[in-house]
Amino acid sequence: MIYVAFFAGAIGAVGGAIAVVAMRNPFYSVLALVIHLVALAGVFLLLYAQFIAAAQVVVYAGAVMVLYVFVAAYVGAAEEPLWEPIPGQRFLAPLLAAALLVELAIAIIGTGLSAIDSDGPTLPAGFGTPTQVGNLLLERFLVVFEAASLLLLIAAVGAVTLAARSRATRSDVEEARGPAA
Amino acid sequence: MTVTWYVVLSAVLFAVGAGGVLIRRSPLVILLCLELMLNAGNLALVAFSRAHGNAEGQVFALIVMVVAACEVVVGLGLIVAMFRRRLPLNVDDLRELRG
Repeated sequence: MIYVAFFAGAIGAVGGAIAVVAMRNPFYSVLALVIHLVALAGVFLLLYAQFIAAAQVVVYAGAVMVLYVFVAAYVGAAEEPLWEPIPGQRFLAPLLAAALLVELAIAIIGTGLSAIDSDGPTLPAGFGTPTQVGNLLLERFLVVFEAASLLLLIAAVGAVTLAARSRATRSDVEEARGPAA
Repeated sequence: MTVTWYVVLSAVLFAVGAGGVLIRRSPLVILLCLELMLNAGNLALVAFSRAHGNAEGQVFALIVMVVAACEVVVGLGLIVAMFRRRLPLNVDDLRELRG
């Protein structure tokens, strides 16, 4: 039963990932990433990470993907040119990705970690629940938690500055052009 | 269901994401492929957290999600700024900084 659930999630996640790379329209890539994220949340559930799975669906597949959809709709579907600035990129890039996969597989097969070949220890009740993750986050990792909130604040301010400054420079350019024309 | 299965899935997802970053030229899709790679890292973290019976890996995965959200916000802000300045949305055309 658990194998069925794992392979359903794995096929969804890998299929979504390949669709993200293969779709020509960025809008469809975003939708494929939503499928990938939901399937991956199912895999997280199999690993007893309930809170991470819920956060994945709510924060990623919900909020972040809405942001992506808006930007994809705003920017529009840009056609990718067919010419290649780097000769053979279309063949070399998948080759490099496959080489990376082989390298990672060698690392996994040759690992000295003993826990990797087991099902893992029997977990205490309440493993991965919001209670446990929240306790860890607010007691043991309080500094990390505060640093993450500061990082989010900086990113939000930075995004507003980036978007606002480009508008200002464009109006500056138009003002500079105005008298000349 | 040993933990190896999850780590292998994570490796496959990471390789797909890395291939996407190398192949695609639209900055929006490159950001999406970065998300794939970060998610693969998250999956490995959660799998090792299960293997050791220790929830600290899950806290690590949550922080990775926060950093990914920051990266998305700044990256999408850059794309919107590029679009407003009528710059080409193609990483091969944006080569002003090349020496």
